[in-house]
Amino acid sequence: MNVWADALIQGILLGGLYALFAAGLSLIFGIMRLVNLAHGDLIVLAAFVILTIAAWLGLDPFAAALAALPIMFMAGFALQHLLLNRTLGRDLLPPLLVTFGLSIIIENGLLELFSADSQRLRAGSIETASVSLGGGVAVGVIPLLTLASAIGVVLALNLVFYRTSLGRAFRATADDLEIAQLMGIDFSRIFSVAMGLAFIVVTIAALYLGMRANFDPTIGPERLLYAFEAVIVGGLGSFWGTLCGGIIIGVAQTIGAQLDPEWQILAGHLAFLVVLVLRPRGLFPRATD
Amino acid sequence: MPPAASAHYRIERKTPASYAAAGAACVLVAVLAAIPGFAGRNVVEELIFVYYMLALAQCWNLLAGYAGLVSIGQQAFVGLGGYLLFALTIIAGLDPLVAILLCGLIAAAFALPTALVVFRLRGAYFAIGTWVVAEVYRLGFAQFKRLGGGTGTSLGPEITNQVFGIEWIKSLFDVRTPAARDIISYWVALALAAATLVLVYLILRSRRGLALGAIRDSEDAAESVGVDYFRVKLGIYVITAVATGMIGALIYLQNARISPDAAFSVLNWTAYVIFIVVIGGIGTIEGPIVGTLVFYLMQRYLASFGAWYLIVLGALAIAVMLFAPKGLWGYAAGRYGLALFPIRRRLLVKNQD
Repeated sequence: MNVWADALIQGILLGGLYALFAAGLSLIFGIMRLVNLAHGDLIVLAAFVILTIAAWLGLDPFAAALAALPIMFMAGFALQHLLLNRTLGRDLLPPLLVTFGLSIIIENGLLELFSADSQRLRAGSIETASVSLGGGVAVGVIPLLTLASAIGVVLALNLVFYRTSLGRAFRATADDLEIAQLMGIDFSRIFSVAMGLAFIVVTIAALYLGMRANFDPTIGPERLLYAFEAVIVGGLGSFWGTLCGGIIIGVAQTIGAQLDPEWQILAGHLAFLVVLVLRPRGLFPRATD
Repeated sequence: MPPAASAHYRIERKTPASYAAAGAACVLVAVLAAIPGFAGRNVVEELIFVYYMLALAQCWNLLAGYAGLVSIGQQAFVGLGGYLLFALTIIAGLDPLVAILLCGLIAAAFALPTALVVFRLRGAYFAIGTWVVAEVYRLGFAQFKRLGGGTGTSLGPEITNQVFGIEWIKSLFDVRTPAARDIISYWVALALAAATLVLVYLILRSRRGLALGAIRDSEDAAESVGVDYFRVKLGIYVITAVATGMIGALIYLQNARISPDAAFSVLNWTAYVIFIVVIGGIGTIEGPIVGTLVFYLMQRYLASFGAWYLIVLGALAIAVMLFAPKGLWGYAAGRYGLALFPIRRRLLVKNQD
């Protein structure tokens, strides 16, 4: 019975990572109804930014990620301001195809710059440190930190959304773009700030992605799918829902892997499809779209 | 305005350019069908590639450009067709040409339940949902140990050399077995490309085509005039799955080697196809043809640049989407009023003065 309890706990911790992947996607969709197909590749890009900063300045991954935050915020702001704001409108295709093109460009740009070799963010002794939960079950410190960070990110996003004037502007543009404009909100700036914020979440996700396992330029699209599944399973428009969605996908994967190592990814996808059939609006829906 | 004013209006669908195009198209297909008689084997192989990319592009264009179903998961049906071909020939021992036809039918049987799941998502979410389903197909077929599991398998010469009609081709063109196989694949590819094109044209000319246009413009308004948009979209999804499955079967008959990662590759079977349609002009029949020609030239002269080639292709698609959202053909057609495939009905008003 112990292996199943262990699989469950590891799944919850893995879910923390998927919730971090998903939080940025959820944020962007919630505010501007933009589905960013390059989201997974942006996470991988952020991991390479952290890797480069760590190597140049000789920092550990946590300090390097901290240094990467302002850079990534500005990159997100610029991307939205210069490119993505032009694609928003009634038509579905432009944002989808532009972010899809972006995904291909980022992946191949990284391949050209860093080759297809596997990389890892080296964090020293903390990588192997673990905490015993009793009963023969021990959990790694990094996975535990991942889940704690996911909860922290969700708390912080809720705080920004419901307790600040920026959050009020976010909610207003999400509810009704035209009325928000009438009230004097510059939506193009709001969207750019939102993308900057999403890039900060992406950088935090990249930090844990890089410390938990190897990464290379080609793994982006699969991270996008996990993030997307977490958002849909959790229900649109709720950050806590996204966290639960991530945990459900994570648990499905570790339980699947326990049955047969080849079934890990498949089990996550199937859990998503089952939820989609039974509860098409997700488990904790908030937005209607 | 008195009712008699109707005399001043005329509905125009066909234009002189479109009559000329129809005649030229028939001649073109006849010439293309004769090409293996005088061209070398590498020309035949490159044209096979052009034909199946064109057919895939027409399918995706019908889905995304007309039915508003932006799928990033069409590799599910390419891979499905490929794997079904291998299963039907290796395990069931059928002739490959019979198997290609059956692949279309079985693809429909897969497409129906798939549609019922992914149709729960809309718009951009539908796009990623189809991608997830394609991944499920990929991981699922990787479990079939009989077809090579995760590493894939090959079609032996005992199957590829026994294609129906191969002896006749060998004596007709006086060629060896591999070249004769290419010629059969060539004709099947040409037939599939032409059939897909005619199918799309006929669908768009029919009542269903009008319904599609109405849905694209406004789902609510279309529903209010009696269009059952769920059924129309389901029909289009299944039809394109059938065509895509048969194309996939042909591609892997020609390749004679299959693996889950290649057969369900989002880059090869969906990303390239999307770029073809967007660059050529989405929502037109001519667009994918123009796009396929551009893509073929880029593939031929730039593919050796590897990652840079893909970066250029992605950037080109973004630039077209931003600055010429109707693509190359849409731009030219808008400017010069061209229409080779007459599917639009234009209202001509006679000058009253």
